[in-house]
Amino acid sequence: MEHELIVNVLLTIATASTPLLIAAMGELVVERSGVLNLGVEGMMVIGAVCGFGGAALSGNPWVGVLAGISGGVLASLLFGVLTLSIATNQVATGLSLTLLGLGLSGLLGESFVGQAGVKLSAVDMGPLTEIPYVGRFLFGQDPIFYLSLLLVACVSWFLFRTRAGLVLRAVGDSHDSAHALGLSVVKIRYAAVAFGGACAGLAGAHLSLVYTTQWVENMTAGRGWIALALVVFASWRPWRVLAGAYLFGGVTIGQLHAQAFGVAVPSQLLSALPYLATIVVLVLISRNKRLTILNTPACLGRPFVPNR
Amino acid sequence: MPSDTQPPLLELEKLRKAFPGTLANDDVDLVINPGEIHALLGENGAGKSTLVKMIYGVLRPDAGAIRWHGESVDLPNPRAARRRGIGMVFQHFSLFEALSAAENIALSLDDAPPMDTLTQRARELSERYGLPLDPHAMVGDLSVGERQRIEIVRCLLQEPELLILDEPTSVLTPQEAEQLFKTLEQLRADGKSILYISHRLQEVQRLCDNATVLRGGKVVGHCKPAEESAASLATLMVGSELPEVAHEEALESGAVLLDVRALTRPAATPFAVALQDVYLQGRSGRILGIAGVAGNGQGELFEVLSGEVLTEQPLCIKMRNKAIGNLGINERRKLGAAFVPEERLGHGAVPNMSLIDNALLSRHRSDGGELVGITGRVKRGKLRKLAARIVESMDVRCSGTEQPAGALSGGNLQKYIIARELDRKPKVLVVNQPTWGVDAGAALRIRNALVQLARDGSAVVVISQDLEELLQISDDVSVMHDGKLSFPMPVAEANPENIGLLMGGSEANAGGNA
Repeated sequence: MEHELIVNVLLTIATASTPLLIAAMGELVVERSGVLNLGVEGMMVIGAVCGFGGAALSGNPWVGVLAGISGGVLASLLFGVLTLSIATNQVATGLSLTLLGLGLSGLLGESFVGQAGVKLSAVDMGPLTEIPYVGRFLFGQDPIFYLSLLLVACVSWFLFRTRAGLVLRAVGDSHDSAHALGLSVVKIRYAAVAFGGACAGLAGAHLSLVYTTQWVENMTAGRGWIALALVVFASWRPWRVLAGAYLFGGVTIGQLHAQAFGVAVPSQLLSALPYLATIVVLVLISRNKRLTILNTPACLGRPFVPNR
Repeated sequence: MPSDTQPPLLELEKLRKAFPGTLANDDVDLVINPGEIHALLGENGAGKSTLVKMIYGVLRPDAGAIRWHGESVDLPNPRAARRRGIGMVFQHFSLFEALSAAENIALSLDDAPPMDTLTQRARELSERYGLPLDPHAMVGDLSVGERQRIEIVRCLLQEPELLILDEPTSVLTPQEAEQLFKTLEQLRADGKSILYISHRLQEVQRLCDNATVLRGGKVVGHCKPAEESAASLATLMVGSELPEVAHEEALESGAVLLDVRALTRPAATPFAVALQDVYLQGRSGRILGIAGVAGNGQGELFEVLSGEVLTEQPLCIKMRNKAIGNLGINERRKLGAAFVPEERLGHGAVPNMSLIDNALLSRHRSDGGELVGITGRVKRGKLRKLAARIVESMDVRCSGTEQPAGALSGGNLQKYIIARELDRKPKVLVVNQPTWGVDAGAALRIRNALVQLARDGSAVVVISQDLEELLQISDDVSVMHDGKLSFPMPVAEANPENIGLLMGGSEANAGGNA
């Protein structure tokens, strides 16, 4: 009985944390290139509706995953055209993208409301899942969970071990210097923004294909904003984002169980706990001011207009 | 030397580039031969930077031809220029502070070898040309001179035939500059050509084989600098002969109006400098010059003196015998102080506001009820007259006082800001980089005005990177290095050598005991 409970808690924590982690990973790459896209929430919810629709219409959850990613990319490219090609204000454009995403997804998903979706089933690694406590957590989850962990490793390796990653960080550090060197700032940022869109779309698809297999309007429920905050509090470092996402997911699930057990703490306080805990912990681990500033993309949010 | 058989390395013919409102380059011709150091001379705003940006592919010419080894080439971007063998060391904006030296070098190479090979090659080059550098150091932690070495090394790694240097010595101590000249001479001996941009005549005369002089975007002359006198070169650059700054002997030490004692300030960011135990006295009737290489704490010191940043110990800064360390900028102004910050736009003036409104910005409290009534009503009429008076006093070239500050050229705006502060006849004036980016005529005017203010009994503190300027106008000179201020020495004892040593950080308190 207790064993069962722990396994279930671990699994729900992973399911709650995965979309945050994926969306934050995408935004981390975007921000490392110097672009602040506040439209994560919007791109995520578009990914969720596209993912649900793609899977429901085709009957294949993988089509849903692809549709979710494509939806996120399209939304991010709209943001890219506005902020990178026309150099609009990134904050305002990002906020409008969120509003647009919420509205547009409601419209697109009108006929999906109440409809049963298709679930992206978990992988089954046979006997490995029988290992007590952690078996199913490690070896019996949905494919997107594994993808999300792979993503952290890949992003970290890309940013700090490859030349392309160096170029991306350079563009985020000083777009004027990068331009003077002949790097194409705008193209690099487009690529980063599209990657961020793909991640947000995938995170949204995870919500409607794994987390709940149904479409509900505004189903992202602020997760995009959490992802954004995670990136900042993790001082733009991939492994810290992983820690932050799981901490947030863990405390969220933990406090739900605590509420179910009837712990004598006001439920509002418990609901606020994930936010408080995540902020406190991430602020504590990034209290080294020097490292934080070194990792902060110096050009974050500043539009780039080449003088040519 | 040009010969009939071998075409020049680089030849520019009638190069033209216009920006909205100005013609930055007007039919510019220029010839550079292999193995020559060619100077490009001109005042700020003469079009030097625009011209080299076209050679390096950062800007594209509107008209004209660029010939490389005798053949006409198109340089759409810096990469194309680098591929042809043109390298450039920039004055600003080209290193990434949060990356290491080696990473910075790797970024500039189009096909970078693995990091280890790269580091090795960078080490070899730096030893060969006397440019010591640590490949793993974070650029943000390095001095300006060290950053310049990284830039030069990363250019040299691409084995360029032409190296462009944009005002390379403006940020160096005299000794660092001397080391740079040796490097450049070594490069010339290796057959490389150098295009050397500067407005410092002595170094051009010492180093360069040929010179092209620009004025107002046009070529006004080609010459051999060694055969010219500094005065004739200056006349060519400026267009008219410049009088000297009138500088008479100062009164013997007057009253101490600004007294800074044991001032310390921790670094605000990883790349900022901490002020350590700074002592400074501004005396009535005298100008104290503060020299130093950029980024040694001058900006931090100015912020504390002006009240942009407050100190926790009010007694550290006394003005006219009142502790002001914790008073804001307006309180300090009311005591008779005035400040001219380094950044004109954003600190000295609001770019989008008119000259009239900008006059109000620094004067609304200090001038009592003169400009603002008790109810807070702005007295527009008086303000208008004030702005007109400021414009007239320094001959600010503008289309009227309604013009936004950001529309003025840098030099004109600087004249306006200085005149605005001088108009109040401040008892204490602190100026940071009074003539940075200002043309020679306006600089002369500003320097004369500062000297005049001091002679009228005010205490003036001038922070500047321009050593010549400080030696011209100061009565005492201190040097700032790594957040510490040296003991002031009388200007009669100061010369580029001993000041340069202090700027480089040797014997921080060896200024003599006056």
